[in-house]
Amino acid sequence: MAERIEVEHVSYEYMTDQRSVLAVRDVSFTVEPSEFLCVLGPSGCGKTTIMNMLAGFMDPTEGEIRIGGHRQDGRSIGRGVVFQDFAQLFPWRSARRNVEFGLEVRGVSKAERHDLAMRFLKLVRLEDFAESYPHQLSGGMQQRVAIARALAYNPGVLLMDEPFAALDAMTRDEMQRQLADIWQQTRKTIVYITHNVAEAVYLADKVLVMAAHPGSVRAEIRLDIQRPRDPLSDAFVEAQREILSHLNHRPSEPEPGRAPPPIATTRRSTASVTQSNPEGGIP
Amino acid sequence: MMRRALRMRDRAVGVVAPAVLIVACALAWEAVARYGNFPPKLVPDLPTIAGAFLRLLESGTLAAATGATLARLGAGFALAAAFGVSVGVLMGRYPFVEDTLLPIVSFLYPIPGIAYAPLFVMWFGLGDLPSILLVGVSASFTIIINAWKGVRAVRPIWLRSAHMMGANERTIFTKVILPAALPYVLTGLRLGLASAWRILVAVEMLMSVQQGLGWLIFGSQQFLNTDVMLATIAVIGAIGMLLEKQLFERIERYTLVRWGMMTA
Repeated sequence: MAERIEVEHVSYEYMTDQRSVLAVRDVSFTVEPSEFLCVLGPSGCGKTTIMNMLAGFMDPTEGEIRIGGHRQDGRSIGRGVVFQDFAQLFPWRSARRNVEFGLEVRGVSKAERHDLAMRFLKLVRLEDFAESYPHQLSGGMQQRVAIARALAYNPGVLLMDEPFAALDAMTRDEMQRQLADIWQQTRKTIVYITHNVAEAVYLADKVLVMAAHPGSVRAEIRLDIQRPRDPLSDAFVEAQREILSHLNHRPSEPEPGRAPPPIATTRRSTASVTQSNPEGGIP
Repeated sequence: MMRRALRMRDRAVGVVAPAVLIVACALAWEAVARYGNFPPKLVPDLPTIAGAFLRLLESGTLAAATGATLARLGAGFALAAAFGVSVGVLMGRYPFVEDTLLPIVSFLYPIPGIAYAPLFVMWFGLGDLPSILLVGVSASFTIIINAWKGVRAVRPIWLRSAHMMGANERTIFTKVILPAALPYVLTGLRLGLASAWRILVAVEMLMSVQQGLGWLIFGSQQFLNTDVMLATIAVIGAIGMLLEKQLFERIERYTLVRWGMMTA
């Protein structure tokens, strides 16, 4: 089950000390069923606000969000969410019982819950840690349990808010590879929030480049790079360059995108260590 | 090997140091009792106290008194736990309940339970009922305050996650809020039980109960039985310590420590 997400002319405004702040202005985009969308932008670009509206935690002050054709509100349950914070797992439940939570809520029988939970733990390669408690798992493992938990009750869309941002670079590379695998196996519609260009290019079918103050869409870039993606390939580097040019675009800059921020270069070099690259070619 | 030896040394120190202190205190007591210029009837030596303890044990007096006191403790504490946890959790969960009850709870919390004793005697007479009620009242407030704080300290991300997975209010309450608030709730229950235990002994002296450890101490005063009094006091301390170690530490090891919400 994978559903379409439609975001139409959505704005979000909130009040602080008698002043209204426009966090998101007139944002529109569509995510096709089974498509992987990355929302990329600097802090203050409203990406977390967009996530909260998609998840139904907040209602847009203007515009409409539809998931699977239904208008999104706080009561919809057709989406799974993975947060950045490792603490999202329930510490009083083992990994397996965490994954079972959404199934318990739906009244799935005990035996079936157990089987499903084990299947999704296997998907994130944690079947051997089913009975471990979250505090016994590393950060990367906890995030994988969170992914399994969000997928286990078969939501139509998976929303991910910088799920790997708090991990070290090596673990993050491994997580990204696994997520790309998981997505190809489950074919969920995924919206993935990130501020990391290389991560977006590695994962996404489509990247929504955001601008800050107020949060708005600067560019929508489709990536037709063959999977699994090679961070050293010309196409990959070219895509990063294009996204950076949109991100860094300021009228005063003579050569937009020529000086990528250090985060992108570091990411590429760490990725090159672990990513299989039979050609061995360096662009 | 080295580290293991060190750990064993630490453990040995952990047993030996308190034992040395206890023996030293006992010797000091014994010296005062034997060579101090006090009447032995008022400051009995340790063999006399031990003899009194054995006599109480053999005659069944101690068992009966302990049983009566523990029954009152159980009833009063159960009352306080049920009432305190419910009220505290409701206060933590619903701002309206919190706004309504917090001023009252904050006002009543610092009043020592024993202050109500004369009032309760007039309202309920003497005996078990006012004793149990007083224990309940004294233990309730710590339990309320801690349960309330515990629910307030539940991480919002747990509520969000549960909500995202389609949990309704009732499921969130039983499967998220209660376990998440457990560290505080347990602390409250533990403090509540300690204060219940303390006040019960005092209450038994005031309420003319027919049986109990407090009654045993109070009754001994009239016959100058300081040995019985001291033996009973030791029993009271030992039972309090056992409740703490055997009950709460076990529960904590099984829950909070296993879940990583508390270090052992």
